[in-house]
Amino acid sequence: MTSETVLDIRNVSKHFGAVKALTAVNFRLERGEVHALCGENGAGKSTLMNVIAGVLQPSEGEILVEGAPVRIASPAVAQSLGIGLVHQEIALCPDATIAENMFMAATNRRRSVLMNYRKLERDAQILMNRLAPIDVRQKVGDLSISSQQLVEIAKALTLDCRVLIFDEPTAALTETEAQVLFGIIRDLKARGISIIYISHRMAEVFSLCDRVTVFRDGRYVATETVADITPDDVVRLMVGREIDQLYPEKHGQSGCVGEPILSVKKLGDGARFRDVSFELRHGEILGVGGLIGSGRTEIAEGICALRAATQGEIRLHDKVLRLRRYSDAAKAGVVYLSEDRKGSGIFLEMSIAQNIAALDLKALTSFGLLNFRKERSLAEELARRLGVRMGGVDMPVSSLSGGNQQKVSIAKQLAVNPKVILLDEPTRGIDVGAKSEIHRLLRDLARAGIGILVISSELPELIGLCDRVLVVREGGIAGEVSGDEMTEEAIMRLASGIDPEANTNSKASGHAA
Amino acid sequence: MAVDILPVAHDARRPAWKRIGTMREAGLIAIILSLCVIMSFASPHFLTLGNFRAMLMSFSVEGIVVVGMTILLIVGGIDLSVGSVVCFSMVLSGSLFLMGVDPWTASLVGIAASAAIGCIMGFFVTVVGLNHFITSLAAMVIVRGLCLVITKGTPLSLFTLPPAFKAVGQGTFFGVPYVIVIFIAVVAVFDFLLRRATAFRKVFYTGSNEKAALYSGIKTKDVKFWVTVLCTTLSGVAGTIYMARFGAATPTFGVGMELNIIAAAVIGGASLNGGSGTILGAILGIALLSVVTSSLILLDVSVYWQDMIKGCILLAAVSIDHMLHKRKAA
Repeated sequence: MTSETVLDIRNVSKHFGAVKALTAVNFRLERGEVHALCGENGAGKSTLMNVIAGVLQPSEGEILVEGAPVRIASPAVAQSLGIGLVHQEIALCPDATIAENMFMAATNRRRSVLMNYRKLERDAQILMNRLAPIDVRQKVGDLSISSQQLVEIAKALTLDCRVLIFDEPTAALTETEAQVLFGIIRDLKARGISIIYISHRMAEVFSLCDRVTVFRDGRYVATETVADITPDDVVRLMVGREIDQLYPEKHGQSGCVGEPILSVKKLGDGARFRDVSFELRHGEILGVGGLIGSGRTEIAEGICALRAATQGEIRLHDKVLRLRRYSDAAKAGVVYLSEDRKGSGIFLEMSIAQNIAALDLKALTSFGLLNFRKERSLAEELARRLGVRMGGVDMPVSSLSGGNQQKVSIAKQLAVNPKVILLDEPTRGIDVGAKSEIHRLLRDLARAGIGILVISSELPELIGLCDRVLVVREGGIAGEVSGDEMTEEAIMRLASGIDPEANTNSKASGHAA
Repeated sequence: MAVDILPVAHDARRPAWKRIGTMREAGLIAIILSLCVIMSFASPHFLTLGNFRAMLMSFSVEGIVVVGMTILLIVGGIDLSVGSVVCFSMVLSGSLFLMGVDPWTASLVGIAASAAIGCIMGFFVTVVGLNHFITSLAAMVIVRGLCLVITKGTPLSLFTLPPAFKAVGQGTFFGVPYVIVIFIAVVAVFDFLLRRATAFRKVFYTGSNEKAALYSGIKTKDVKFWVTVLCTTLSGVAGTIYMARFGAATPTFGVGMELNIIAAAVIGGASLNGGSGTILGAILGIALLSVVTSSLILLDVSVYWQDMIKGCILLAAVSIDHMLHKRKAA
């Protein structure tokens, strides 16, 4: 390995309105190295990768490719500089075939007018075979999430890259598929291609990468050679503080003794989840972990009738709930906070008061007309209770930061005095300060007797916040951890399905196939 | 966390008349007024009571359709069939009258049939899952075809309509034409409802973010269905008023009307992406188009040029608004 710098990031900052996603970060990538980039969610990793790939423009700072300063104005410019990005979120055309998707970027750079589909298919198949035996003539929309992720990777391989960025490539992959990917990454490295590898999984970072750079809260923290450092050191650099201080005090170390608020028995929808049984008890925060695509969201949607559950029963305070649509669930006191805040949580251009009132319209209405005074006072009271930082309840929600937008979403749910709140990734993409405020709020709500169920991909959040954690795998509950058994390792083991029996302390119900 | 605290741009509790300066409608009023001032110098006939009454009359009936279109645009839909539905209501009521039905009953049947067309369109949008554009494009052609079938392609002469019915379109109420009275009543009622009624708040929620509205327990499909029906019903009302006014029903009436209606709503601030729009803005939009038309006629501009000029005004109005919004967002 020569020590020649391929990519040099100098003092790059990126602001989104008032939010600083990156503050004067530095990053240096050598030829032929696999360089891990670690940090908590919201540390700025994906933002930096989007800057490098031309998706976002830096607010300040410069980028040098092989010593020459460049302006990466668009993804097309990034490609011509030899920079490829495998997105964390799948960005494929579902109606096109795998082959067409794989060569989308490459086609864009070719000069000929006509397409040679047969050659394209042949080349695509050869490339795909290195990853997995998938027929490239299938439509992408028909593939499973993990196969789509493989297509996303194959697509990056079609480009003649000198820098290849992998943004959490294994999040949706099975263990075997991940091993194949690691082999390919080692192969690319041997050919002198530089890899930036973003992952939360320490084992991958330490077996695959040469060096590791850590970001925290949008700032550069350190770069170390993997050989000189331990996983614990990396975690400490990532977190930068004692993790116990971050989370509010739990209900009680002895476990949960309260009465069940919500009990779910053998719930299933005949497709994405089955045989789901658990109880949510008074005073506790119940966590739900599992890999992306494991069915966590679908279970929550099934409970509150956003998705039709065909089997099983749901009891709320020992009364059987029969829900036909979400409005029935909300009426009964079971509300759901979606993981996709912008897409399905808030009305961006409407006012804070109008957002908070959305679920509670009936109580604010007399003779078919809205009572604006009641609406305002409801919004003002909830905004104060939740500590929403704002100019006034008449301001549009788009004027708020992500954390405060999320507080408005939660306020909307609280307006109807719910008995159970299902929160899907409640703190994703939210800065650390607002995050711990939301955690404290959830703990207060649990103490006040509202059943709180939190779905999260962030293991530290599950462990720090929740009293118990259910782990979902392939649509079933793979097991449950609580108290001292609640470790990242135990949850990951259940989530990935490696040797569940070995984890004797967990009350594995063993339904997962 | 200091970054979260944003300066208070304006206090929304100020009385409405003090906020007028910040409203988009103010810009439109300014444009319309300055056009009027210019025209009053350019043509001696412009600043006359007769001309103003003619202008008001000309956009009053279309204005009723604009109200429905604006609400439909707010929910994120669009209706290309309004011109056809106006004509359908007109020829159906007209031919029922010629068959001996009382004109008031015939009009109610025409309006009800227009509402039924809305129900069918609403079915295709909410149950089958087609979008409003395609559904209403098909409806536009089908309903126009229906008009030709009903009339066998020839205009219906309705000079035998009783005077009491003709008065709706031609009579006056203390000197003000009934048409204008009806128009102002419709505008006032829907402007009030759109701002205050819970049912119409749901229209804004659905148009702003349909999924979030669904997750807030709003039956978004029902909302879309009823707004679609409201739009065709108001078109039906407009059709019967036209019949009273003209004393005739032509199967080709209202061809191209939908473009004028949509243009007015968009000039008035309705977003084609849904979630925003006001009745007042849309009415000012149609008023502007009407003043422009009247001006072009008075200035003796060839009819061949008129459509082109109106199209350019639409493009300019929407572009200016888009750029202003972009600056605000940045």
